Amino acid sequence: MATDPHAASGPSGESTNDGMRVVVAWLVLSAIATPLVAIYVGPLIPPGNASVQGQGQVFDNQVMTALITPILCLLAVFFAYGLVRFHAKRSEGMLDGPPLRNDSRVQLLWIVITTAMVLFLAGFGTYELLKDGSGGGQGPNPIAFPANHQHAFQVQVIGQQWQFTYRYPSLGGLESNQLVLPANTTVELHVTSLDVVHSFWAVELGVKADANPGVDNVAYVQTRKPTTFHVRCAELCGLWHGYMFNNGRVVDQTQFSSWAAQAKKLYASIEPYMNKPESQGGAPYSHSYLPAPQRRAG
Amino acid sequence: MRVGMKLVLVAAVVAAAGVMIGFYVSNLTTLAGSPAYSVPVQNAGSAHPIVDLEFQTVAAVGPKLSRNPDWVSYLVHTSSGAWKRETVWNLPANATVHVTWLNFDGASGLRNPFLARYQGIEGDRVMVNGKPVNHIDPNDASHTFAVPALGIIVAAPGVADDAKNQCGYAPCPLSNAHTTLKFTFHTPAKGGHFRWQCFVPCAAGWINGFGGPMQTIGYMDGFLNVKA
Repeated sequence: MATDPHAASGPSGESTNDGMRVVVAWLVLSAIATPLVAIYVGPLIPPGNASVQGQGQVFDNQVMTALITPILCLLAVFFAYGLVRFHAKRSEGMLDGPPLRNDSRVQLLWIVITTAMVLFLAGFGTYELLKDGSGGGQGPNPIAFPANHQHAFQVQVIGQQWQFTYRYPSLGGLESNQLVLPANTTVELHVTSLDVVHSFWAVELGVKADANPGVDNVAYVQTRKPTTFHVRCAELCGLWHGYMFNNGRVVDQTQFSSWAAQAKKLYASIEPYMNKPESQGGAPYSHSYLPAPQRRAG
Repeated sequence: MRVGMKLVLVAAVVAAAGVMIGFYVSNLTTLAGSPAYSVPVQNAGSAHPIVDLEFQTVAAVGPKLSRNPDWVSYLVHTSSGAWKRETVWNLPANATVHVTWLNFDGASGLRNPFLARYQGIEGDRVMVNGKPVNHIDPNDASHTFAVPALGIIVAAPGVADDAKNQCGYAPCPLSNAHTTLKFTFHTPAKGGHFRWQCFVPCAAGWINGFGGPMQTIGYMDGFLNVKA
């Protein structure tokens, strides 16, 4: 960094204070851009406000875009100023620039600021994660719980090549290929897989959790108003990974009860197989599954 | 070792890797190739086309139809009367598709019994060997014809292990032991590109039963190209 105070002269030799100009321009630009970015750009970054966890992620994005804006402004100002101020004119020959010398004050400032930012982000991120789980998979023994998690509505997400299905243990093990959730409810998602590693990503709800065979990966989400959301697999899982998506719905309690009643009726004929012991070829509700049957599989 | 020699060695390794990747891609492309078959429309030009689609599932596709004779596969019955290993099917939009499915393979069983319930088809029922049913025993499942984006799930029961006159290599004649499924589904009015697949882990000899023919278009997977 050019920090020699005696070298603050322009290409033509006149005495200037380039450093001060850059700092002033940076401060002015940052003062204007930072609130604008935090208020108008941050909220545009997904996932949106469909769930409490999604809201939390939007807030995190606002904080981080607000933090990064002054840094981007500094780079932009420095770059633009350098281009205008220090470019060589065609009439000039090849001249060596002023010598670069170390300045321990600048170095110290740089280290202090960057360290403070990294430590702040680490603390902020940890707090945000631990606050309510932030919609992430926490493994079989979660440590971050949202409010009212003791009475959470349980849904098991089952990945298989190449489709997600959803079991509702509180509805008698009802299973569906549509994820329907009641509004304004704390939901405890148990994510697992029947074959290979998938990743359950309910985009607008801000939920992402790996689906591993034999593992019960728990994630929490608190739904808000009725809405629709997309579900995608976020782990490359074979030929049709790119097609492993569908839509989910958050509906009000009345609609949810109606949907559950219809689904129970539709799937009543296979309910005995869902409740039959695994040794008898059934697949009763379990927190995790291993690839089976494999009668023909090598 | 001199720098020049090192450079030559690195270049040789990179070139060898490039050739191997080229062979792999070429081979994969060849295996994946499945030309689209346009299913004939009975009443062409109608706002509600009617289509008959007939396919069979076989335990081993045989050397005449594939470079992988032991791979499990779907075959479509073309208008010329031949059975072809083509799993990309062109269908008209807003059509009623009457399907006849002949399954010559044995049971592997479903990983998830949920898929044993017939869904997304007319009446959610299938005529299995002449009898209307809305599900099968998940352990009896041999293959599924499933189009997730259209909500279609149809599982075919397998041929009994001790059945006589089982089919060897495809195409299998009707004189071989088989199960017959008949059902009807409707294509969407807007058209689109919908993948279909088998959900039964039926790829013998592959890890978890889901490699080879399950991961290669033209065997146990394909597309419905619904054209508006």
